[in-house]
Amino acid sequence: MTQTITFTVNGQPKAVTTDPSRPLLEVLREDLHLTGTKCGCGEGQCGACTVLVGGQSRLSCITPVGNADKQTILTIEGLAAGDNLHPVQEAFLAEGALQCGFCTPGMIMAVIGFLNETPKPTEAEIRSRMDDHLCRCCGYTKILNAIKRAASYAKR
Amino acid sequence: MRTDQADREHSAAEYDEPAERVPFDFSLSRRRFVQVLGAGLLITVGPGAALAQRRGRGGSGGARTVSARIHLGRDGTITVLTGKVEMGQGARAELTQAAAEELRVPVSRIHMLMGDTGLVPDDGITAGSRTTPSTVPAVRRGAAAARQLLVQVACRRWATEPASVDVRDGQVTHAATKRTLTYADLAQSEDLPKVFEQAVPSDVAVTPVTEWKVLGTSVVRPNRRDFVTGEHKFPSDLVRDGMLYGKVLRPPSYGARLVSVDLEPAKAMKDVAAIHDDQFVGVAAPTTFRAREALAAIARTAKWEPAPHPSSTQVFDHLRRRAQGGVPKNPFADQLAEARKTLRRTYHVAYVQHAPLETRAALAEWNDGRLTVWTGTQNPFGYHGELARAFQLPYDHVRVIVPDFGSGFGGKHTGEVAVEAARLARGAGCPVSLQWTRQEEFTWAYFRPAAVIDVEAGLDDKGVITSWHFVNINSGGAAVETPYRAGKARSRYVRSDPPLRQGSYRTLAATANNFARECFMDELAAAADADPLAFRLTHLDNPRLQAVLEAAAKRFDWRERRGQKRPDVGVGLACGTEKGSYVAACVEVAVDRTQNRIVVRRVCEVFECGAVLNPDNLRAQVQGCIIMGMGPALREAMRFEDGKMQNAGFSKYRVPRFSDVPELDIHLLNRPDLPSAGGGETPIIAIAPAIANAVFHATGAAVHEMPIRLPGTTQA
Repeated sequence: MTQTITFTVNGQPKAVTTDPSRPLLEVLREDLHLTGTKCGCGEGQCGACTVLVGGQSRLSCITPVGNADKQTILTIEGLAAGDNLHPVQEAFLAEGALQCGFCTPGMIMAVIGFLNETPKPTEAEIRSRMDDHLCRCCGYTKILNAIKRAASYAKR
Repeated sequence: MRTDQADREHSAAEYDEPAERVPFDFSLSRRRFVQVLGAGLLITVGPGAALAQRRGRGGSGGARTVSARIHLGRDGTITVLTGKVEMGQGARAELTQAAAEELRVPVSRIHMLMGDTGLVPDDGITAGSRTTPSTVPAVRRGAAAARQLLVQVACRRWATEPASVDVRDGQVTHAATKRTLTYADLAQSEDLPKVFEQAVPSDVAVTPVTEWKVLGTSVVRPNRRDFVTGEHKFPSDLVRDGMLYGKVLRPPSYGARLVSVDLEPAKAMKDVAAIHDDQFVGVAAPTTFRAREALAAIARTAKWEPAPHPSSTQVFDHLRRRAQGGVPKNPFADQLAEARKTLRRTYHVAYVQHAPLETRAALAEWNDGRLTVWTGTQNPFGYHGELARAFQLPYDHVRVIVPDFGSGFGGKHTGEVAVEAARLARGAGCPVSLQWTRQEEFTWAYFRPAAVIDVEAGLDDKGVITSWHFVNINSGGAAVETPYRAGKARSRYVRSDPPLRQGSYRTLAATANNFARECFMDELAAAADADPLAFRLTHLDNPRLQAVLEAAAKRFDWRERRGQKRPDVGVGLACGTEKGSYVAACVEVAVDRTQNRIVVRRVCEVFECGAVLNPDNLRAQVQGCIIMGMGPALREAMRFEDGKMQNAGFSKYRVPRFSDVPELDIHLLNRPDLPSAGGGETPIIAIAPAIANAVFHATGAAVHEMPIRLPGTTQA
């Protein structure tokens, strides 16, 4: 059973004819070759697959692509404008907030989604909201610093 | 050795494959690669005498010598080749610093080519904290030798002496005559390739620590930008033309044997290949989704013969019963008989999983009987050999390429995923990418071994340890020896018959051994009616271990905090040494009896590993070790029953998350007067016993198991 899904991905209109129950993650990675979004667990427990759907962070590994029909999707590849990085990307670089980097795209997308909703988060809000996102290198301290820095950029 | 390397490089060059310098641009031809590398000036770094003596894990790849190569392109481009790999621990930055320091160039001039067995020298496995003490010096010697040869060429041209010239910023200057030659100028010299074809003297002088300009500074990861943009291709991201996605059929339980399987349901599916060879069954399909469907269709037809398997609740009895040669008896009966007090305890440490965020992944491609595998491994040459043996290929018909990958923690040493991908690719007749699922990773990857540890000691009437007997069953001998003065002392490791596949993990058994020892030290201190800090210092002779312990206690304000009586709050400390580095931690915990939880509020850790090469990177490693170490200390434990893993997922196996992060006070004790040791492992060994001792302090009940459980509970 296939269906044609039409959506906007990183500002580009896309159409994919596929089984609508396939995870959005796998369609992004395998059909659209956007491999910046990672598979860390496949069960919505690690956050590595986070993308923005309509500006809100979503776990693409447990989102059927059928649910993304007619939606606007933003992945890590769609953030930078040429050489200009998104402020959250800048904040991660400035704080050196990555070790192996496998969680980084999902973290960055989650932080953007979070700051969209909560532009001036408290430390407790950051920890609570980001608790669904794993960094197995356990570089949480620097990531927390990066999130605070990104929030301070947004306040300017 | 050199000839062999050269042969290998020559054969590898026949592949139409890319260089890492332009990451994963598969259209990049070999010809282009040679252009990128320039004239191919080659220096082989021979082993220093000291390194040869310290040869071992991760240092030299068995009998092979440690070596590195440096290429200088005609445009002055410098490429450093190393068999080490980057998985987040910072080798790329530190090796870049090493080369930049000795070549007298900015770090931006250095390109690192890592972990491509077709192109780089075998620097051994990336493990055992060996990059810093082995590979950094090897790269430094190679780079220093290259600089000296370039100076010689310049001096010959100018008919002057090396002492009269200066090298800075990639150019040689003769101040007296105001002449300069850049490395690019010198790279044009016709005789340079010949000059460079000499072995590096093992005694080549490297820059003294006091003159370091690049080493000792916080150089950032050179390719970091690619990680925040998503451009970096991890092994699981790679795609080749005509590639399929693979899946492998796993037994329903440990030890189960496949009796029969019907591949037809998968073969009937469009564009699906199904492979069955003895116990190996797998599929490959144009999408992961269809591969999953095909595998499920086959799995329904598979018949298995199960095998008995002990459960995790029986595992410690099992390991003790099956200790090889039995559990050794304490030989110090006389000392125990004379002791004022004696203490005997047994510690249990559960099986845990590394759970790297990027699961095992490999992309395999066959071309005319030659095999190329892109994969995430700490052991590229080990995989290379494993593949050659598995497929009975000549050594030079295999190439393993390791892009910077998604963490390892000692868990990516064996090549099973590469072999599986290669089997699927051969069967399917096209490249196959295989990424293990999280459940597979939690079930079929190897585990950090469970441990049963017996400790027994005696104290005299002054509270001094008079005898010490320590036996680790099953988990390993790392840091099994006590660093304390302990009178008659014997420490040993005995093998058992482990029910799970087990292997390396950050510091190997040093975590378990240090946990047992340091928990036991707190009970001994209590028996001697002594403060845990004072009791340790009484028994310590090692000045480096004393220094970190005293520094941590001072920063934490140990004496004041330990003296405070606060309900359900405790402080504990622990220290240890392993792999030439020293660590001490002080911890404050709060015990939440209603929630049955232990909350780590504050950690102060002091770490010393000689001369610090990159402070920011080292600090990140220490932070990571502390928080990662909290997982097995508080919660992580594999649960298995009837041969099935019961908690093979992040929903059931809770690893540290943002909400667990304590207040951290980390101090790096820099010792520029001492050789640099690696820092990615040892910082993990103090956290678990420090937490346990803080729980002991808070509850009055000593801890004897990891994960730590509150007294009177079965699960923390």
